[in-house]
Amino acid sequence: MERTVAETIRDISREHIAKHNGILLGQCLTAVGWVQNTVPAQAEGIVELPMTDVSGAGIAVGAAIMGRRPIFIIRFQSLLWLNASPIVNHAAKAKSVFGYPAPVFVRAIGSEGDSTGPIHTNCFHSLFMHMPGLPVCAPMTPNEYVQIWNWYMTHDDPLLVSEHRRSYTSRQEMPDQVHHDAHITIYAMSAARFNAVEAVEVLGHRGVRCNLVHLLWLKPFDLTQRVMEPLKASGHGIVVDSAYEIAGASQSVAYELMYATGCPVKAVGQADRSPGVAKRLENGTPTTMRIVDTVEMMLRDV
Amino acid sequence: MSIERGIAQGPQQPRMVRSPDWGMMEGLAEACSPERSLAMFRKMCLTRYFDLRVRQAQLDNDIECLIYLSVGQEAVAAAVAVVMEGCYVLGQHRGHSVYLSFGGRPERLADELLGMSTGCCGGMGGSPPSHDFERKIVAHNGLIGDQVPVAAGIALAAPGERVICFFGDGAAEEDYVLATLGFVATKKLPLLFVCEDNDLSVLTPTVERRNWSVVDVAQGFGLNAVDITDDPWLIEYWTTTLADQLPAIINIRTCREFWHNGTGSDNNAEWSRFDLTKAKLTEIGLRDKARAIELEIKTFVEDLWNERLQRRSAI
Repeated sequence: MERTVAETIRDISREHIAKHNGILLGQCLTAVGWVQNTVPAQAEGIVELPMTDVSGAGIAVGAAIMGRRPIFIIRFQSLLWLNASPIVNHAAKAKSVFGYPAPVFVRAIGSEGDSTGPIHTNCFHSLFMHMPGLPVCAPMTPNEYVQIWNWYMTHDDPLLVSEHRRSYTSRQEMPDQVHHDAHITIYAMSAARFNAVEAVEVLGHRGVRCNLVHLLWLKPFDLTQRVMEPLKASGHGIVVDSAYEIAGASQSVAYELMYATGCPVKAVGQADRSPGVAKRLENGTPTTMRIVDTVEMMLRDV
Repeated sequence: MSIERGIAQGPQQPRMVRSPDWGMMEGLAEACSPERSLAMFRKMCLTRYFDLRVRQAQLDNDIECLIYLSVGQEAVAAAVAVVMEGCYVLGQHRGHSVYLSFGGRPERLADELLGMSTGCCGGMGGSPPSHDFERKIVAHNGLIGDQVPVAAGIALAAPGERVICFFGDGAAEEDYVLATLGFVATKKLPLLFVCEDNDLSVLTPTVERRNWSVVDVAQGFGLNAVDITDDPWLIEYWTTTLADQLPAIINIRTCREFWHNGTGSDNNAEWSRFDLTKAKLTEIGLRDKARAIELEIKTFVEDLWNERLQRRSAI
């Protein structure tokens, strides 16, 4: 049986510690569940940090300077705000300003629902796409995780990995879906990819044929033929993401696509309001039906 | 050996203990070898005359970037450096003294301040990030105190290496600095913190910013800690003593002669450690050798700057 995403992360971490003198740092790593089963249940190579956000990230950056290629775990992306400074001001600038690298692998875990409300409904990769020197990716499948890990180990940049709890139990790969007669192309990032897959199915039943292009790398975002051609052929696009829509990854990618192709592309992400705890007040990844409605609205306006 | 507390007045009056003889011990200069005394003075001269030349270069419009001069604070890095050779060292934003005292190449720092590609950051960083990584001098990103957790990470990740981390009395107030002191004490990392306490955050004195002392807080975390003035022999003594009792912190009262950044002067330095050091060297019979060193360094620095300026003109 194929591994889940969580099992893949755990195996990579274990091998990194055993074979590469790697080090893994974070808060409450050895608590119940070992960070949703993504951390190997062992003492070797694992550093339990005190609850010192900001300082913790700086410690990880110091380990990176010494070549230990640390895995720095942020259990909730809400905490990225506190940990951002050493990552963007030191690690991301090190190569271009200082001339030596500080490759730290930042595992930033997104979550939503289950009463996480305003505290831990979070997906803030857009914030980090803003900063130079810091590639950003959002792997949602086992093979994608292996791919971005191999990239990290063969480059000397820090890497912001926007994970999402929703992916951890998944064993599925998510290939692009491209049709010669599609009405629209959906570009999907982070956990929005799971909803986008469902939306494509719903829309298919309603007679709307969709291309679906999965985006693993948010920055750099390369306008490759794979990315551009489906949009050019379908003439319309939407970009869906788990993060806030306003000034976020979805709007940024939509802009790039529109500018490159001249096709209208709508961005769909979290609404511009704080999420609430109550079910009716949640504000997470755009739901399947919100994606469906947006597509139908776009095509209605044609 | 037990470590004595250096705070006499308690944390309510941190400013009261500022004096040129705070924590002084009799006979240290006399007991120090002439070679080591002169080595410290040589490093002090290098920092002082290099930075005075930097100041002149900015007044002449040869340097356009922000400059953070170590003039007045030369003794701190100079005395620590003669004891802690070969360690990883992280300076603060006012870091020329650390860079020069720990063996950073002066021409690379001059080139950096002149915006040349041969500078230690290729012209990208200017004054605060001065570093020479090949010589274990790690860069600072300009945000005060940022280097403190990074230093802890280096000590954690490099077993067997001792690490020195300088920061200022303002940086000591950063939450991430305090958190790092706790982490380092918990993990018993081989790290020596040196707080260059000039009593000023830009121009706001310590007493207006906090009612606690760095040493009290550090001791609360379990670090060995002393609070002393910037006499080079006293620093050398405590660095030697604490080097075997890491992690530890030395809070050193010192005086900044020029602006937080730039060339002007906005406070009357309470004492001149450079002059006091020269007087002491005379007292212990090293006047002529010290004078020769001072002249040699002045000439070296002037020649260096003339040569680097000519190089830039030729580009």
